[in-house]
Amino acid sequence: MKFVLDAEQRLFTDTLHALLTGADTARAVRAWAAGDTKPGRALWSALADAGVFALAVPEAHGGAGPLPVELVCAAEQLGRHAVPGPFVETLAAAELLGRLGDDPLAATWLPRIAAGEALVSLTLPPAVPYALDGDVADLVLTADAETVREATAHGGTASLDPSRRLLPVVPGEPLVTGAAAASAAAYDLGALLCAAQQLGLGRALLDVSVEYARTRQQFGHPIGEYQAVKHHLADVLVELEYARPLLFGAALAYRTPEFSRDVSAAKAAASAASYLAARVALQVHGAIGYTDEYDPSLWIRKVRALYSAWGSPASHRARVVDAL
Amino acid sequence: MDLDFGPAEEEFRTEVRAWLRAHVPAEPLPSLETADGFAAHREWERTLGADRMVAVSWPREYGGRGVSLLQWLVFEEEYYAAGAPGRVNQNGTDLLATTLFRHGTPEQLARILPPIAAGEVIWAQAWSEPGAGSDLAGLRSTATRTRGGWLLGGQKTWSSRAPFADRAFGLFRSHPEAGRHRGLTYVMFPLDADGLTVRPIGRLDGKPAFAELFLDEVFVPDEDVIGVAGEGWKAAMSTAGNERGLTLRPPGRFMASVDRLVELWRERADPSDTALRDRLADVWIRCQAYRLKGFETISREDDIGVEASLTKVFWSELDVALHETALDLLGTDGELTSPWLEGYVFSLAGTIYAGTNEIQRNLIAERLLGLPRGAR
Repeated sequence: MKFVLDAEQRLFTDTLHALLTGADTARAVRAWAAGDTKPGRALWSALADAGVFALAVPEAHGGAGPLPVELVCAAEQLGRHAVPGPFVETLAAAELLGRLGDDPLAATWLPRIAAGEALVSLTLPPAVPYALDGDVADLVLTADAETVREATAHGGTASLDPSRRLLPVVPGEPLVTGAAAASAAAYDLGALLCAAQQLGLGRALLDVSVEYARTRQQFGHPIGEYQAVKHHLADVLVELEYARPLLFGAALAYRTPEFSRDVSAAKAAASAASYLAARVALQVHGAIGYTDEYDPSLWIRKVRALYSAWGSPASHRARVVDAL
Repeated sequence: MDLDFGPAEEEFRTEVRAWLRAHVPAEPLPSLETADGFAAHREWERTLGADRMVAVSWPREYGGRGVSLLQWLVFEEEYYAAGAPGRVNQNGTDLLATTLFRHGTPEQLARILPPIAAGEVIWAQAWSEPGAGSDLAGLRSTATRTRGGWLLGGQKTWSSRAPFADRAFGLFRSHPEAGRHRGLTYVMFPLDADGLTVRPIGRLDGKPAFAELFLDEVFVPDEDVIGVAGEGWKAAMSTAGNERGLTLRPPGRFMASVDRLVELWRERADPSDTALRDRLADVWIRCQAYRLKGFETISREDDIGVEASLTKVFWSELDVALHETALDLLGTDGELTSPWLEGYVFSLAGTIYAGTNEIQRNLIAERLLGLPRGAR
């Protein structure tokens, strides 16, 4: 029993954090929202070079995976830095395609996913009804218990998070049938990585809130001296610290009968923890946190968007109870 | 990273499970907060002690089995899953012993620990005073130097287990001229000492779970001072830190409780009550989180230190939520005497003792998040 990241996993995590810290991801988010995906695509290339996308792709298709623990590490960092784009969807699609064996669809797309060349969007109705960034994705898939189909995305609906464009899809002809297991596996992995992304967002919001509380003065003192502020921030740390082991516990349950249950536990906990982090961040920052210009507001909005993405907390709680 | 138990843990699990199956009383013992119940639990502690099951992680020379922390977690999982009785000597096994291992003399270890491991001497703690709870450094009861030892005076309160226990440990102000945290001395004393009056106090449900102690020139010999006289604060903090960590509330306790809660859900729940179903899910998820966090804690090689405050806030809130959910599942029967109700009353104290959760949140904010200290 060694339930902590090993040295290599920690190094990988730190490398991603350093890479993204130097990359001005807030600018890439704003550009993505304005329809300019170039800075975001550049980020994706850098992440692919660091090996992120290969983690979800089987070795037979040019990947290094699937490696669920490392994927959770990566998704947490991508969330922490609010990286734009459908990376959860792309990684979940890799899981879906990886389960299709030597299907031509898998052979065509998995190597491109591993290399970071393909942005893939994916819908899994009813839980994942819209294609995230379906207008800029290189491939849009839709899957249900029966079939996997290529789809075309049309129109689009604005999200609270301006960097998330959600598109309804029109499914094409079935490419693969009898895909129930693959669809279910894609949903579970996507929900797990969404939870990891949420945890990273929550951590980033806690960090920026603590920094603000240390410097912002009111009544002649830094607001972080006041217990009313301290206790809010302490509660956020408690929630985040106890959500994280659920994520890694679920990652270790990958391909066991407990995986779905543990993913749902992690997703419900990460939703609650990141949402608390966002509410507290708003409260600690006061008016400035409520403005569009202030970068952490991008994180705050993404938290609420992801709260119900990849299954609402209620649906995940219900799945936990059903499994007990 | 893995969550796999090795052969040493699995073998130990099998042994513990078999032992518990052979020894756990078929009928639950009466509440240990009553005279009869305390006596029954004392007897159970002796049964455990006879087979070195009181403190399995202690070295063999003190009556333990010298097993690893992971094996200890396994023991606790099995213990609670078997529905074994509550532990009447937790003050001795988890608080006093931890302090002695760090600050005690070899003579004290050899004299004090084996009777605990044998279930022979039951300990009470004597920290709080009427004017000093969370502000423990505000203690006013005194230890005055005398030939060969100290004379204790003053009053303690909320002294857990004191109505029926044999001995107690606590802090007394010995050097009043020194600062608040200085000049305190950590001593052990018998509860039937001359000059000592024990007055039981009923808790919320009326059961005498703790007592007030009135001390009038109670003699303590030098050999019963823990650590250096006047430097009791340091020793006391190692006790408090441990109390907030895993040993006071091992994850196995919550896993066993939530398993019973799930059974209660199956028996009693209205499936259309999604609000209650959501609460059940959250409690289960949090128990699972606590268990996994425990594995993380023992996988780490560093001292968790103030991170124990995170643990304390988490389990104390979880314990209340778990029992509230059970009482709500029981509906109108929730007010009737039952093990769930007893557990509920016990859980309500968790956010208060071992340092209130407000104190813990200050520690988390200042020491883990680096926020500035300020006026309280």
